[in-house]
Amino acid sequence: MARAVSTRRTAVVTVVAWIVALLIFFPILYTIITSFKSEQEAIQGFNLIPSGTLESYYDVESQKDYFTPFLNSVFLSVGSTILALIVAVPAAWSMAFAPAKRTKDILMWMLSTKMMPAVAVLFPIYLLFRNLGLLDSRAALCVMLMLINLPIVVWMLYTYFREIPGEILEAARMDGATLWGEIIYVLTPMAVPGIASTMLLNIILAWNESFWTIQLTTTNAAPLTAFIASFSSPQGLFWAKLSAASTLAIAPILIMGWFSQKQLVRGLTFGAVK
Amino acid sequence: MGTIQLKKVNKSFGNTAVIPGIDLVINEGEFVVFVGPSGCGKSTLLRLIAGLEDTTSGTIEIDGRDMTSEAPAKRRLAMVFQSYALYPHMSVRKNIAFPLKMAKMPQEQIDKKVNEAARVLNLTNYLERRPGQLSGGQRQRVAIGRAIVREPSAFLFDEPLSNLDAALRGTMRLEISELHHQLGTTMIYVTHDQVEAMTMADKIVVLNAGRIEQVGSPMELYHTPNNVFVAGFIGSPRMNLVTGAEAQALNATTIGTRPEHIAISKTEGKWKGKAGVAEHLGADTFVHVHTEKVGTITVRAPGDFDIHFDDTVYLTPDATRLHRFDANGLAIR
Repeated sequence: MARAVSTRRTAVVTVVAWIVALLIFFPILYTIITSFKSEQEAIQGFNLIPSGTLESYYDVESQKDYFTPFLNSVFLSVGSTILALIVAVPAAWSMAFAPAKRTKDILMWMLSTKMMPAVAVLFPIYLLFRNLGLLDSRAALCVMLMLINLPIVVWMLYTYFREIPGEILEAARMDGATLWGEIIYVLTPMAVPGIASTMLLNIILAWNESFWTIQLTTTNAAPLTAFIASFSSPQGLFWAKLSAASTLAIAPILIMGWFSQKQLVRGLTFGAVK
Repeated sequence: MGTIQLKKVNKSFGNTAVIPGIDLVINEGEFVVFVGPSGCGKSTLLRLIAGLEDTTSGTIEIDGRDMTSEAPAKRRLAMVFQSYALYPHMSVRKNIAFPLKMAKMPQEQIDKKVNEAARVLNLTNYLERRPGQLSGGQRQRVAIGRAIVREPSAFLFDEPLSNLDAALRGTMRLEISELHHQLGTTMIYVTHDQVEAMTMADKIVVLNAGRIEQVGSPMELYHTPNNVFVAGFIGSPRMNLVTGAEAQALNATTIGTRPEHIAISKTEGKWKGKAGVAEHLGADTFVHVHTEKVGTITVRAPGDFDIHFDDTVYLTPDATRLHRFDANGLAIR
């Protein structure tokens, strides 16, 4: 009896979960569907079955170059992630293994900067970029993206490193490991999964960042976010083309996310359960 | 090999002296247990010996050599931690081999030693598993295996059994004691559990607030505790400590009598009282008696002693086994 109830319960929960997931995913799904419609079909109203034309994709590709913003997106997300790790690994490391009196305060302060609306600092940052001649520069944008994601990266790594028990390091020391032996054989293998999930998450965050990437670029450094935005033009909205551009922009990160979802989920819930 | 001598060892964190100054000799091959309530400094003392903490002053000699400021690995000591501290990303084999690999021993020799340790500890079938796939007891054995292969001059155990369930704790207690007899190596064992201390030790060091209260064999501490603290700490259930008129009549501030040294009767005796909770353990029954004169007294009665809540009973302590303590809590002999 109990088994029957629990099976039914599981079934209900599964159906509800699917419905919720579909609702959340629907905008993306509809974007993908619309991208396979002609412009006429697209404005006709709600319709889940597209004619399957690739017209919008041809148009998008012929009107604008996809490859340059794609490369820019790769450069910006990977580059800013590497930069962030270079800064955040030592920072999180020292905060986790040699905390001082104010470590917690510093962490909170770092996180608090994420609570500020980005637009609040648009002016000063835009002026800085303009006066230093950094507008539309990939390197400068890379640094900018690194800075805005840094608090999250430091926090994630900090939580990871905190999970490495101090006794294991002491055991290694007792076992005769030198400082390098400790780092190579014990610390690094234990920290790598954490660093990997942080890296993946940061790549996604940087890939999707659209506020600064649109404000601070024009053509040379413009990534895919700016590429999508350029299709909502003053001549009117072209739904199918906009959808095709969006699909092209999210496809790479969606595929990467799909393959690394196990790492990502582990990264996001690490330390929360146990 | 395996003599450890502490001379005026002091450890302070800021202005707080955790260990104000300890002198202690641990002889070769001895099984020494540091026991005391939590926060008494027993773990800190062990970590000082291991070299995981620096002494504030004083010296630590191992086999006659001053090792006070030597790195942990140079002291030829092996430690088993409370959390086992196994390397989670390595197989059991690699965990046990790790100290040998760090010592740059040839692979052939490493394999031989690891296999031998695994055989002794019944781990042969688990060598390729990760620590996460083992039970608590098996993990503890891996930790011990990692310590054995180094052939240290002394083993240090930091509350190694406190994460195990009661039944397993009993078994592991025996295994560690047997291992000590097999290897004959000095072992220093830290615990807050006086049962572990009594059952395993050649020599017990009772610590309280960073000071040594008494050093002696388990039976010495049981029969002749130096002070009220040791009297109350060693023995289970605890010794009954009585102050007031009854103690003054014997020219003492406090008198102590163990539950097993009190006769219980339903008809006559020295102290009259009412029975409280009775704990039936099978062979023994521990009765908590609320007396009129001396407060609540715990008594060990035979297992089949018929007693019910609120029964009137009489207690008579064995006068020859009374412990007397002065105003400073020191034993009067």
